[in-house]
Amino acid sequence: MSLLRDISPKVRNIRQSELEALRRQACQMKQGVKNLFKDVIDVSWGDPHSAGIKPLSFVRQVLASCFYPQLTNSEKLPVDVRQRAQRLLGACDGGSVGSYTPTGGIAQIQQSISKFISQRDGGVPSFPENIFITSGAQRSLVLFFKMLVNSEGSPKTGVLMPMPSYSIVTMALESLGAAIVPCYLNEEQGWELQVCELHRALQSAKGVCKPIVLYVINPGNPSGYVQSRKSMREVIQFAAEEKLVLMADEVYQDTVFGEGTEFVSYKRVLAEMGPPLSETVELASFHSASKGFMGECGLRGGYVELVNLDPTVMKYVYTLFSTDTCAPVTGQIALDLMVNPPQPGDPSYAVFNKETQSIRAILVHNAKRLLEVLNSLPGFNCQPVNGGLFAFPRLHLPPGALQKAKEVGMPPDIFYCNRLLEEAGLCVSPGCAHGQREGTHYIRICIMTSPDTMEEVLRRLTTFHVKFMNDFS
Amino acid sequence: MSHNGVNGSPPRGKVLTLDSMNPNVKRVEYAVRGPMVQRAVQIEKELKEGVKKPFTEVIKANIGDAHAMGQKPITFLRQALALCSYPELLDDDKFPEDAKKRARRILQACGGHSIGAYSASQGIEFIRQDVARYIERRDGGIPSNADNIYLSTGASDAIVTMLKLLVSGEGRDRTGVMISIPQYPLYSAALADLAAVQINYYLDEDKCWSLDVTELRRSLTAARQHCNPRALCIINPGNPTGQVQSRQCIEDVIRFAKEEHLFLMADEVYQDNVYADGCEFHSFKKVLFEMGPEYSSTVELASFHSTSKCYMGECGFRGGYMEVINLDPDVKAQLTKLVSVRLCAPVPGQALLDLVVNPPQPDEPSYASFMKERTAVLAALAEKAKLTEEIFNKVPGIRCNPVQGAMYTFPCITLPQKAIDQAKEKGQQPDMFYCMKLLEETGICLVPGSGFGQRDGTYHFRMTILPPTDKLKFVLEKISDFHQQFTVDFS
Repeated sequence: MSLLRDISPKVRNIRQSELEALRRQACQMKQGVKNLFKDVIDVSWGDPHSAGIKPLSFVRQVLASCFYPQLTNSEKLPVDVRQRAQRLLGACDGGSVGSYTPTGGIAQIQQSISKFISQRDGGVPSFPENIFITSGAQRSLVLFFKMLVNSEGSPKTGVLMPMPSYSIVTMALESLGAAIVPCYLNEEQGWELQVCELHRALQSAKGVCKPIVLYVINPGNPSGYVQSRKSMREVIQFAAEEKLVLMADEVYQDTVFGEGTEFVSYKRVLAEMGPPLSETVELASFHSASKGFMGECGLRGGYVELVNLDPTVMKYVYTLFSTDTCAPVTGQIALDLMVNPPQPGDPSYAVFNKETQSIRAILVHNAKRLLEVLNSLPGFNCQPVNGGLFAFPRLHLPPGALQKAKEVGMPPDIFYCNRLLEEAGLCVSPGCAHGQREGTHYIRICIMTSPDTMEEVLRRLTTFHVKFMNDFS
Repeated sequence: MSHNGVNGSPPRGKVLTLDSMNPNVKRVEYAVRGPMVQRAVQIEKELKEGVKKPFTEVIKANIGDAHAMGQKPITFLRQALALCSYPELLDDDKFPEDAKKRARRILQACGGHSIGAYSASQGIEFIRQDVARYIERRDGGIPSNADNIYLSTGASDAIVTMLKLLVSGEGRDRTGVMISIPQYPLYSAALADLAAVQINYYLDEDKCWSLDVTELRRSLTAARQHCNPRALCIINPGNPTGQVQSRQCIEDVIRFAKEEHLFLMADEVYQDNVYADGCEFHSFKKVLFEMGPEYSSTVELASFHSTSKCYMGECGFRGGYMEVINLDPDVKAQLTKLVSVRLCAPVPGQALLDLVVNPPQPDEPSYASFMKERTAVLAALAEKAKLTEEIFNKVPGIRCNPVQGAMYTFPCITLPQKAIDQAKEKGQQPDMFYCMKLLEETGICLVPGSGFGQRDGTYHFRMTILPPTDKLKFVLEKISDFHQQFTVDFS
């Protein structure tokens, strides 16, 4: 008998994401194993390049020059590319991106990030030593959760988490032995995070676990909401009153496109609320090069900015982050380019601007089309998508479908998604992977894909959906 | 908004405090990035600001970072990576065809043909297949299955993942993990973080840091009193000790693991860094299979490798993998689930790994220059290993074992009692006291032996052999002078 049969319950308890199984099937179908569809479209996941969005030229030119510094002498590359690569290489030990970097990241890049944050937030100061660059924002989320979650504790450490959420973060918490306290977003109010619900959730946690963290994601995943300043102030107030550390996942801050919506950071709102809150509420804000216009998921670049943390605790934060040694340099470079892009007047600006505007236009277009099409179909209802990379339409499944799903022993949305994959070659994420409310059903669709692909997605979905609703009515 | 560290007022009513934070994290230490290094960084800042010191630069001989110490990246690898990141370069005839061929192949396997796309969490499939073929070639044809290969963010990521799987149980049943003393502090840090029981087995300094099964047995028997030992970790070639285990020793360890029902973790990241005559790298997997089916079908093994060391020295790319052998299918399913939580290993690191396991062949354009560069790196390291041993052993009070492999020396230093006493008064480990003084007086940054573990009453430091030969000579001489002066000053 194998030694490892007695696996840690924390590992066993990680709920395998329902999405994983679907994506694996989609992958197999793509490889022609099931031989039904050679062109399976996978919009279940937030991976822009996979979905056909091109990397930004400036980013890739700088990256290539950093890898192979001979290119910094090449006349074929714009001057600003060469200068940026030289500057970045100068900041690397031994002039090589193959060196380790300090724990928090290359100092120059930490500085670029803090400058960016400060400018973004209307001058609110940001300090490089409070910034830790990691292998994707996911890594700093996990490490920061680790600081907070006592995995052996009884009662368990509780984390208030807005639902619907996304599976990677819930899996991470499960692996750390935390208790997730769901806070249901209000769909009818555009997926608003309401304080009354936060209070209810906190009440429900009494005697069950020890809540210490409130995690929020803005813009939202999967729901595409962008929080109002008012809502954010209420959240901060709630965190302060209930003694919760606030974790603000803001990786989608660059993709805000709803009319009249704008992104404002939790740090800025906190600062605007003034003392004592601005000086006491403990806040961790996360950002990444994986989303936004860069979409550089594979380069693994993310960071956390820590605000108002106890200085003695910061020492332990530093040690914990040190055990990774450092973030991949490729990710660090990507972050520098994200927070310090070409400016008007720079040689690369014209191309950069064209590329980013085009991606932005795609998002606006896709969101609009999706809402148009789905909201005109009976059995679908989708809230406005104001930011992020996804739409999360609600499915109103006919009783026949619910019955059939029960018979085959599948949650109804998985049943729907399976059928959709098999019959239409379209892979979307089932709502149950996102913690939907009991008795409700949703699918999540990534809208960061070429407009042609989006049309095809909508065409296939419409055809399938109409037939499905007919068959099961 | 208050600035941490500048704001002198005590924190009022913080939620995250020393008392409320995860107690396991409090126990985590990582000497390679610890207070020595932090002071070194501070000194560097001071030098930049023009503060006068008895030296003009800080020499960071504390971390196994080859490029930081002036080692050049391998041209072929960087060319192919540049091609992967900016495919327009595939039309540039300044790049060799073999680099282009590999770049095209890698891009083909990436989502949207971009290294910016997520990969499958176990790693890009065809790269895992290439790694499997590499392992087979290395191990004389013993089959390797791509399904058993997990690409990771450096070897460290895979090591910690395996430990996560292994650690469970409460109280007396809590998992114990055997680690060598001295060891690379990632292991002790991970065990502290996971609240596992650390079981120390001592390497024999008098026998060139070799491993003795009697010592393994002693350590295990003692540990069985208070925990449930499940795993045995071994680093070969060794860090910090540089020993290359003999084939006999590896067989003995495998036999021991089978008898005592232990999971073997073989950290082999320095497998190309073997210098001493008569020493040879033997992979645990190869030896396991050569011991016949009684062992090869039962002993559970995880082997780790990385792109950070050897001749590549590409630490910043965070490329690595592990191969798991004889893992229970249920356990494998859990492992697969666990790796999906971290999404995927950096794709440039995966690409780099693919290039490392698929180097230029004799009939390819880059072959000659690739081999020249690779040989030069390894030859320089071998020369520096010898030089280090020679110079240190000339100093009374420094005793240095041969650096058979890896990138470090871990000499034993004799400290005068007065120094030991003064250190204890300061609440410092004596070798930390020694290293701090060395840093302040010479700008040379080493890591004290206490950061790696050592027998009680002995003191060591770890120094890398990475600086260029001239600078290394300078460092060795400076340390030798310092040691002699230190001995005089504290007598």
